[in-house]
Amino acid sequence: MELLANLQLGFEIALTLQNILYCLVGVFLGTLIGVLPGIGPVATIAMLLPATFTLPPVSALIMLAGIYYGAQYGGSTTAILVNLPGEASSVVTCLDGYAMARQGRAGPALAIAALGSFFAGTVSTLILAMFAPPLAEIAFKFGPAEYFSLMVLGLIAAIVLAHGSLINAIAMILLGLLLGLVGADTNTGQFRFTFGLPQLTDGIGFVVVAMGLFGFSEIIANLERRAKREVVMAKITSLFPTRDDLKASWKAVLRGTGIGALLGILPGGGATLGSFAAYALEKKVAKDPTRFGKGAIEGVAGPESANNAGAQTSFIPLLTLGIPTNAVMALMIGAMTIHGITPGPQVMTERPELFWGMIASMWIGNLLLVVLNLPLIGIWVKLLSVPYRILYPAILLFSCIGVYSLNNSAVDVALALAFGFLGYLFIKFDCEPAPLLLGFVLGPMMEENLRRALLLSRGDPTVFVTRPLSLALLVAAAALLVIVVVPAVRRKRAEAFQE
Amino acid sequence: MSISIRSPRDFCAGLIFLFFGALAAYIARDYPMGSAVRMGPGYFPYLLGILLALLGVVICIKSLVAHGERIESASLRALLLVLGAIGVFAGTIESAGIVIATALLVGIGAAASPESRLREVVVLIVFMLALAVGLFTYGLGLPFKIFPI
Repeated sequence: MELLANLQLGFEIALTLQNILYCLVGVFLGTLIGVLPGIGPVATIAMLLPATFTLPPVSALIMLAGIYYGAQYGGSTTAILVNLPGEASSVVTCLDGYAMARQGRAGPALAIAALGSFFAGTVSTLILAMFAPPLAEIAFKFGPAEYFSLMVLGLIAAIVLAHGSLINAIAMILLGLLLGLVGADTNTGQFRFTFGLPQLTDGIGFVVVAMGLFGFSEIIANLERRAKREVVMAKITSLFPTRDDLKASWKAVLRGTGIGALLGILPGGGATLGSFAAYALEKKVAKDPTRFGKGAIEGVAGPESANNAGAQTSFIPLLTLGIPTNAVMALMIGAMTIHGITPGPQVMTERPELFWGMIASMWIGNLLLVVLNLPLIGIWVKLLSVPYRILYPAILLFSCIGVYSLNNSAVDVALALAFGFLGYLFIKFDCEPAPLLLGFVLGPMMEENLRRALLLSRGDPTVFVTRPLSLALLVAAAALLVIVVVPAVRRKRAEAFQE
Repeated sequence: MSISIRSPRDFCAGLIFLFFGALAAYIARDYPMGSAVRMGPGYFPYLLGILLALLGVVICIKSLVAHGERIESASLRALLLVLGAIGVFAGTIESAGIVIATALLVGIGAAASPESRLREVVVLIVFMLALAVGLFTYGLGLPFKIFPI
């Protein structure tokens, strides 16, 4: 019953007044930015990072994690009520959620989304607690060759699961890897790509990159689109789902949780992928698929459970292997590093209070979200009527202050500006920025492990295929790549992202 | 048959990748390469740079063959004013202090949207100044200079 003892330790940490408070702040902010389109969890976490400097690491990580899964709740609220996905992961919720709202059933849709999310959150907290320790056990057996192969697998999976052109995604990763190498080389001290700037000797800050690519460029693109946001508020008559609603949705919640949790663990996964897959699955198993798009409650229950499950299980690779699987996790690595924690399997053994405290806080956060959000729906919808022209200058200011105060460096702000421009070009040319950020975080780690692996093997490159674990990882990566290049799968993939 | 760009988006993306890849490889050439056993600081970046440049070329060639969407028209006003506002903030924060930097950032930034109204922007600036000084400088204790002197 080690699990129980561990969870008990976790709850003792998470249930201190201070940590409950930071958890609350996190999920509240998460919901807020989830409601507001045009600002996502990546930019928000980057913005808030400097503010967590003075906090104890546990509290800081609890708050930042809360922002991510809180955003999933907020995104669904606006998707259902005003047909506007606040986050990419709630795009599919619009289809049936808004249809339900138009039929006057906004209340039950919101309630099912919240309850489904809570159930999914509870289950994935348990999954995290059960599967993280054995996975970390395996990770301890990893040598540099295995780590290198694992990162290759992770990056390939990120490419496969990203939407848009494959070859562009590979190029984005390579560019990210290169950007990650800027600064003094760890082995020799040689300055690389610093262009004589002393501010670059420590490398480019990941907040700088993230804020430019995800924050600034988004603002410019939003201003261009200038889409009219008409808020047609659906009336909420009753929050309670009928007995039929519950009967129709409990299986969808189970399926959504399962598929979301599974896809969340995969590199490149996370919340968005799970919700799309869950919607497709619900449509497939339904007796009458034509109901979908016209207010089928399963179409809300499945994806909403899936995105929340995925948001949480995507912490598993981060906490056990120290490898980020999506852009938010890449930022979490940065947050841990700032607080002097090296992400990896040793976190669990060396800092159990941090590990288990974070896990326990996720369950508490989910509980807070259910309790808080249903009564607060009115406020969230009001917020939507704040026009973007008021919102974006404020976002701009917070972003600039956030980037500046990380190192008290005006050069960082100027660099973020440059990345903003680059990110804007990438939006124009249809290149996903997420693989770049992943590559950026993994760049130095990959080089280090490649060097070490080849040093240990005396320069023999076959080390990657003669060690069984490493070989298995590489085979998996190759298989993934082959699968997507096959035309039939390729078409399917395009379809899946179209929906 | 004349060669024409059929997918302008991919063509431009390819050019960016080619540029960064070639630049990285060119610069990395000057760093010690080492050997596979003892990799020098130039080894990995040189490899990555070459790969990236090659991919850029492939993407460019592909854009001559496969059709793709046109590049959406850009709003120069949004682009220049948002980036300009950030640049002005970066340039003034250390010399002129948080008050002037904030006012300029919000003012110039707000001008990027054609929907902004003067009266709203003034109120917004005052509100943001209160936040920047009250919350960030005093509340969170960030080490900003408040005024130029």
